Parts: sequence; structure tokens; C-alpha cells
Amino acid sequence: MPTELQTGATGASRGSDIAVRMEGVDKHYDDFHALKKIDLEVRSGERIVICGPSGSGKSTLIRCINRLEEIQGGRILVYGRDLTAGSAAVEAIRREVGMVFQQFNLFPHMTVLENCTLAPRRVRSVSREEAEATARRYLERVRIPEQADKYPAQLSGGQQQRVAIARALCMNPKIMLFDEPTSALDPEMVQEVLDTMIDLAEGGMTMLCVTHEMGFARKVADRVVFMDEGEIVETAPPSEFFTRPQHKRTRKFLGQIGIQQQNIV
Amino acid sequence: MIRPFGFNEFLFILTAVQWTIALSAIAFCGGGLGGLGIALARTSSMKLLRLVTTGYIRLFQGTPLLMQLFLVYFGANIFGLPLNAWIAALLALSLHASAFLGEIWRGCIQAVAPGQNEAATALALNYRDRMRYVILPQAARIAVAPTVGFLVQLIKGTSLASIIGFMELTRSGQIINNATFEPFKVFGVVALIYFSLCWPLSLLARRLERHFARSTAR
Repeated sequence: MPTELQTGATGASRGSDIAVRMEGVDKHYDDFHALKKIDLEVRSGERIVICGPSGSGKSTLIRCINRLEEIQGGRILVYGRDLTAGSAAVEAIRREVGMVFQQFNLFPHMTVLENCTLAPRRVRSVSREEAEATARRYLERVRIPEQADKYPAQLSGGQQQRVAIARALCMNPKIMLFDEPTSALDPEMVQEVLDTMIDLAEGGMTMLCVTHEMGFARKVADRVVFMDEGEIVETAPPSEFFTRPQHKRTRKFLGQIGIQQQNIV
Repeated sequence: MIRPFGFNEFLFILTAVQWTIALSAIAFCGGGLGGLGIALARTSSMKLLRLVTTGYIRLFQGTPLLMQLFLVYFGANIFGLPLNAWIAALLALSLHASAFLGEIWRGCIQAVAPGQNEAATALALNYRDRMRYVILPQAARIAVAPTVGFLVQLIKGTSLASIIGFMELTRSGQIINNATFEPFKVFGVVALIYFSLCWPLSLLARRLERHFARSTAR
């Protein structure tokens, strides 16, 4: 079934295999230059981990992909469709791009099931029965089917984040963005969320993850992108990134988060 | 001839309370509709809408309600639209309530965590659906207590409509006082009736405030 993005794409040949293309993306907050001429290409099915010190622009970068942040220069194409081409393009792209936030951002006044069915019903005009069946399937997949009728506040942080993942998946996205999904979790809940993300990665989802979980990066990432001061400093497969970082800034960062190169086999 | 202040006089005042209640209720509904529009405009991404509604709110917050009543009542007459006191009072009080409720509700909308709007946006929900299903239901919980608080202000504010000749609680008190010359008794009764309307509402507002404070702390 062709999706709206593919049928609406210009340059269909590359539209199908390049999920995200950023060309010279510039972003300012008043005086602060958050993103400096970012070029990045993500192939369909690729798993990217973005890391870097805080304030390096990594969250801003993925938030530009579904236009939670406006950009001041450059272009972002999602499956060939230009994000700067107007609100119709933005709407179409948001339908295909799921996002998981650091603070979960579940809707507290709705049950887990309602959280998961709202967007499919309103945006994709799916019937209630179908939306609920899909939601239960994804809640099963993130291993919390029994929580469907509870409210977010009744769940643990790890469970809430897994609901947030299920909620995004219910829209059947082609790309998933993760913005520090485990940073707000108690340590004992980090693994359950990472396991869910690993499961998703193994299912072939295109993923861009901002995370400090280097174990996750090593296990599933096709490429690790290191950012500092609004620039992409280095991009490499995890095997190279952790053992032979090319830049001084990368080595310094890896040292700061406690990864010594010689420790890695 | 001076009449004594008896049961009939009391009854005359008591029946006038229906007009105070009707005026308050209708102005509150009108103000609620207008206030919702103003709150949405104040939080909109369109600068012009924000500017115009900010001006509207400043205007109504910065002038006495009595002047607003006069301006609507006499202003309409000047422009060849003679309004009776009933319509003028309703219109002025609704405009007044729109400004205040608009400002109260703006605060409530902005008190909803920004992540809620971001999550709804990321799910591709459009503005209408984001407001209807995600933001406004959460803002409403915060809004209940200050809204009931404002309703108390509005009920007391209706007493000013007596000055343009609208027959409500205060006006009926003036009429009875003109016949009995027992101002302390008459206006004491009038004040007690206002109090019995407003006090339960104040209690309710406080209880709701505590209730929602607890449920959001959860």
C-alpha cells in the first residue's frame, strides 16, 4: 500500500530509500546558534544513535524532523517530501513520524487505551474497534497489555514510557524519533524501555535515538552521530566510534561518560 | 406615607433575586463563550489576534464595571440603538465577563505542560483536536475553582445594573427603602441575600481547589 508520503514524494526514486535528508539545516534561538549547517542522511531501516554533551543540539536536531522546532535555513526532506513546503507537507510527515519524549508526555486525563487510540481515530479516521485492536496489539508488544484501562499516573515510569512507545506505534509510523527516552527513568526501569526499543530496531524500524545509553548504541545502532556545539563532529558505525574515535572532542566526550577506548574489545 | 418594613416588603425583595440570578447566569454563559474565544486567541500563534485580545482584556480590567455599563447603555442610545436596561446590562456584563474569564482561562491553558501540546502535535493532531481532546480538558480542571470564584464577583457586580434602572435585588431594595425609610434593615436583608448566594459558591470554589490540587499532586 503506497503511503501518503511516497505518493506525494517528488523524486520518487530516492524518495523510497532515503528516510530523512537534512541539507544545511540552520537553527537559531535568538542569539544562540543551536544547529550549524547540519547535513545528515538516514536510509530507510537505518538505526541512528545521536549523542553528545548537553546543549550540543542533539534534541533540537530530531525535533526539527517533525517540525516541533522551526528551522531558519536549509531543507529537511522526509521520504522525499520537503518539510518546509507548507502545512500540508508538515501534516503528512507527522503522520509518518512517531516520537517518544524524555518526559513521556502521556495524556493524564485519558486511559492508556485512549492515549493509544486518539490519534489513529482523529487523524487516520480509523474506527474505534480497529483502533482499540491495534492499540492492544502494540500494548502486547511492549508487554503491558494488562494496563490498558489504567490512567498514566497509576503506572511506573518505565511502563509509562512503554505506553508512549505503543502510542506512537499505533499511528503506524515509518520513522521513530526518541528524545532521551530513558533519561527521566529510575535506573531499574531503563532496561525494560531499552528492550522495547531493541525489539523495535530488530523489527526493521527506521530509528533516530538521542540517548546516553552507549550499550544500546553498540547493540543496535548502524551509525553513531556525535554532536557538539550545534555541529555533527563525527559519524561512524559503533564498532569504529567506540574503538577508534577520530576527533579530539569525541574522545573527550567518551572519556567523560566513562568509556575508555582500550576497554572496548 | 411611610410603610413599615414587613413580610410583604421582604417578599418583594426576595422575588427580585430571580433577576439577579438570571442576569448572572446569562452573563456568565455569554462571558463563558466570549471568554473561551478570547483565551484561545490569547494563546494563539497569530500575533494580531493576541494583540487585539490583549487590548480588549486590558480595557475591561482597567475600567470600572459601572463605566462599562454606562458606556453600553448610553453609548447604544447615542448610536441610535436604544437598548433597554435588561439588554444593556446583559451585554455589558457579558463583555466584562468575557475579558475576565478569557484572562483566567488563558492562564489555565498555559498551565498545561508544554509537552502535552508537543506530544499531540507529534501525533499529527491538528489544532482543533489538540485543544479539544488534549489541552482544554486538562485546562478545565485547573479552571474550575477560579471560574467559580469569578462567578461570585459577577453576581455581586450585577448590583450595579440597578443604577441604569434594571430591576434586580439591589434595585428592589432601593424601591422598598424609598417607601419605608429603613435603610439599615432593608439593605441588611439585601446584603444577606447576596451573601447566601455567594458564600456557598465560595465554599464550593475552595473545595474544588483543594480537590484538584490533590489530584494533580498525585
